[in-house]
Amino acid sequence: MTAAVEAEVVNRAPTLEVVDLKTHFFTKAGVVRAVDGVSLRVAPGEVLGLVGESGCGKSVTGYSILGLIDPSGRIVSGRIAFAGRDLVRLPEDELRALRGSRIAMIFQDPMMTLNPVLRVDTQMVEAILAHRRMPHGEAWALARDALAQVGIPSPERRLKSYPHELSGGMRQRVAIATAFINKPDLVIADEPTTALDVTIQAQILHEAQELCRRTGTAMIWISHDLAVVSSLADRIAVMYAGVIVEEGRASDVIGAPLHPYTRGLLGSVPSANARGTRLAQIPGMTPSLINLAPGCRFRARCPRADAECTSEPAISEPLAHRQVRCWRPHLEGAMP
Amino acid sequence: MTAYILRRLMQTAVLVAVMSVIVFFGIHIVGDPIWLLVNPQMDQKDIEAAVRALGLDRPIWEQYFHFVSGALRGDLGRSFIFGEPALTVILQRMPATLELAFTALVMAIAAGIPLGLYAGLKPDSWVSKTIMAGSIVGFSLPTFWVGLMLIMVFAVMLGWLPSTGRGATATYLGITSSLFTLDGLRHILLPAFNLALLKFSLVIRLTRAGAREALQQDYIKFARAKGLSPRRIVGVHLLKNILIPVATVVGLEFGNLVAFSVVTETIFAWPGMGKLLINAIQSLDRPVIVAHLIIIVLLFVLINFLVDVLYTVLDPRVRIGAKAA
Amino acid sequence: MSVVGTHGEAEIERPPTGTAAAPETPLRRLMADYFESRLATAAFVLLVTIIALALLAPLIVPQNPYNLAEVDVLDSRLPPGTKGMAGYTYWLGTDGAGRDLVSAMLYGLRISLAVGVVSCLIATVIGAAVGLIAAYVGGRTESLLMRLVDLQLSFPAILIALILIAILGKGVDKIIIALVTVQWAYYARTVRGTALAEMSKDYVEAARCLGLSHARILFRQILPNVLPPLIVVATVQAAHAIALEATLSFLGVGLPRTEPSLGLLISNGFEYMLSGKYWISFFPGVVLLATIMAINLVGDQLRDVLNPRLKR
Repeated sequence: MTAAVEAEVVNRAPTLEVVDLKTHFFTKAGVVRAVDGVSLRVAPGEVLGLVGESGCGKSVTGYSILGLIDPSGRIVSGRIAFAGRDLVRLPEDELRALRGSRIAMIFQDPMMTLNPVLRVDTQMVEAILAHRRMPHGEAWALARDALAQVGIPSPERRLKSYPHELSGGMRQRVAIATAFINKPDLVIADEPTTALDVTIQAQILHEAQELCRRTGTAMIWISHDLAVVSSLADRIAVMYAGVIVEEGRASDVIGAPLHPYTRGLLGSVPSANARGTRLAQIPGMTPSLINLAPGCRFRARCPRADAECTSEPAISEPLAHRQVRCWRPHLEGAMP
Repeated sequence: MTAYILRRLMQTAVLVAVMSVIVFFGIHIVGDPIWLLVNPQMDQKDIEAAVRALGLDRPIWEQYFHFVSGALRGDLGRSFIFGEPALTVILQRMPATLELAFTALVMAIAAGIPLGLYAGLKPDSWVSKTIMAGSIVGFSLPTFWVGLMLIMVFAVMLGWLPSTGRGATATYLGITSSLFTLDGLRHILLPAFNLALLKFSLVIRLTRAGAREALQQDYIKFARAKGLSPRRIVGVHLLKNILIPVATVVGLEFGNLVAFSVVTETIFAWPGMGKLLINAIQSLDRPVIVAHLIIIVLLFVLINFLVDVLYTVLDPRVRIGAKAA
Repeated sequence: MSVVGTHGEAEIERPPTGTAAAPETPLRRLMADYFESRLATAAFVLLVTIIALALLAPLIVPQNPYNLAEVDVLDSRLPPGTKGMAGYTYWLGTDGAGRDLVSAMLYGLRISLAVGVVSCLIATVIGAAVGLIAAYVGGRTESLLMRLVDLQLSFPAILIALILIAILGKGVDKIIIALVTVQWAYYARTVRGTALAEMSKDYVEAARCLGLSHARILFRQILPNVLPPLIVVATVQAAHAIALEATLSFLGVGLPRTEPSLGLLISNGFEYMLSGKYWISFFPGVVLLATIMAINLVGDQLRDVLNPRLKR
């Protein structure tokens, strides 16, 4: 995006704004603070990449937005502003009216997310008819067009098949088509390409990007794979142990990461290292989300930690349009 | 599909053959085979004559062959008590048993599936806990005792329903059944209920387990993410998936119901195959016993086959098979 | 179940635990887990009470119902609570022959329990042996044995029992044979499954490398690990055996009249029911129901507690 367009985007009201969200799970072993104070915003038509390793809470953030958290957990505090309403306080039936029509979700494994005993057209048409009244035939035609849009050949035949008759990539395309079919304002994609072949991944990424551009839909793309996100996202937010540690334009975050964790992540990508040198690793393990030590969550594994880091850093904005949660971010090499 | 059916038919034929060997040699090894064909009350000289006439002094393989060829012709011996071919005697009473078992099955399903579904969807509510506790009680109840208690309460004390016998029958579309008359329904209610109790807990537990497992699947989450109403999620997505295992198990249980109707028929004096078997055992009418066993085996085999076909029809993954797109 | 609650996310780390308390033997742990449930504890108490009553029957009942000298036929069909000719109260009434129902029930309970338990034990031994052999030897022996097991399991128990009795005739030993035949297949299947799982574990491989004899491996290594599911199946089957014996006796093809079990008592009372003398069938049935239910509940809890996949 050019600076002018970006300024435009930033100044418009965001499609989604999450403010200090906390989602905790109450288990026998203790309280798991999966999401512990996450704030983010997504502008209309923007793709936000939510990146982090397994267990950092990124998927739970996505589910929290839609109110699909497992029964042992709940949103403890925070605000999710969407279309002028706070989703946290919305009653279930109103939330249900939003799901699938204004906010849609794409899951990781399409074999499990499509019901194996129902036909593809049944599952797509019901998504339409749950939110709009129209004759069945009209909904069916819409489904067919949606499939064509995501690049599926002979969509009429595909509609009449069962999920197990399609390949993995095709099923995921169906899932994507279903997500976009009611022209939502926001699509949350939870690692949608992780379960696919690398070659298909690239195609799916491209199609998703196209769809967003064409329809002006905002997207949150959740992934553990920085490479995937870097080619797709406009902005990137990096999550660690339940909080966001860095956020900014994709090019900035990848090119000049501020947070030591982001640095570590980028350093551990094979292509970033010269051939023959050892892969840089981030030492240590992710902390337990039940017994979090006080202070910065990354302290135990951070090469730059010092006495200051025993208190939890607040979010700061050292550079324009870039936020970081660190006392000692890597400001060297970053351009204002 | 045709190859599959042919294969199943062949397996069936082998099974029946094996069963016939077991039945035949079982009777011969353990008991004196003469009693299979001859009334034990007869005089010694007549018995010897009969032995020679019936070829029982022949080697056993020859006897077996004789038995099989007779069986294939439909001749399974003559009942001592009724004096008629054993096969006829049994087939006359089969409709009553099938009717009873069928009604019991329908009752168990109609009540069991909704309750099991509820228990699976809301496992922590006190209603569900009551249902599950009740299912253990139901599982432990001795069927025959419950039958007696049912008669006592509903027939003797309250006088609402008749205590014994089968009601009047009527014929629709070529099927004669007591289900078509009010009197018949009054008579079948208690015995069918008694028999149904047996499978009731099974259906509840199966449905509940199926519901709980299905709820954990991702497609339920996806359905919720699409904004579908809970009614549709349970009624279409959940139910269709649960129905497959439940239907197959329940179908197989039909055979068990037919077998266990022996007890219910005895208590309620229901004129079916089961009561016939008990009488035959007590009066040593062995041709009827053997014929009964063979027919039951055939029935079981048929039920197994039908359930397999049912499974194929219900589960599209089996029916169509995985094909690459 | 992933604690974080989404697919694809890893399990969380558990914080390091403190030092262990006084060493817990597996049995103590088992008992502690078992008695966590109030229902299971109540069932266990009930079961122990029933067994105690059955064992102590001759000492606690007012009359020996099979001793004709003590039974007065003039006292027959008396309702519960009536005082009898001999001077003691018939708390639960008398049956058609004048026997005190309490005494008859407890004696009947002894027989029902004895037959059920004996057949269960024999079936366990046979079934476990078959299962172990099938799993250990493998190959065609295993296929053949398991085919046999499957064949038997696909037929209803009551039918098999009836046919066996029709062939063998009546008598206590024949009933036990029938009950054993009906049950052994369940044990065989369970034991084979568990033994197969155990055999794929490393300690069996290690034992083989050490050159331990087959018998030693089977009995000292594999069998102890096969015991938990075996116990669970045994309790369920014991309940089934008792119920089946009662059913057969009720139908008149079970235990002979000289050794009346609860089933026979109930069937004796059948003819009096239509004239309103319910107690003759009712009370023995309650005792039967209580016994079966107690065993089932205990078995249920044992299954939950012994299930290795539900580690707390």
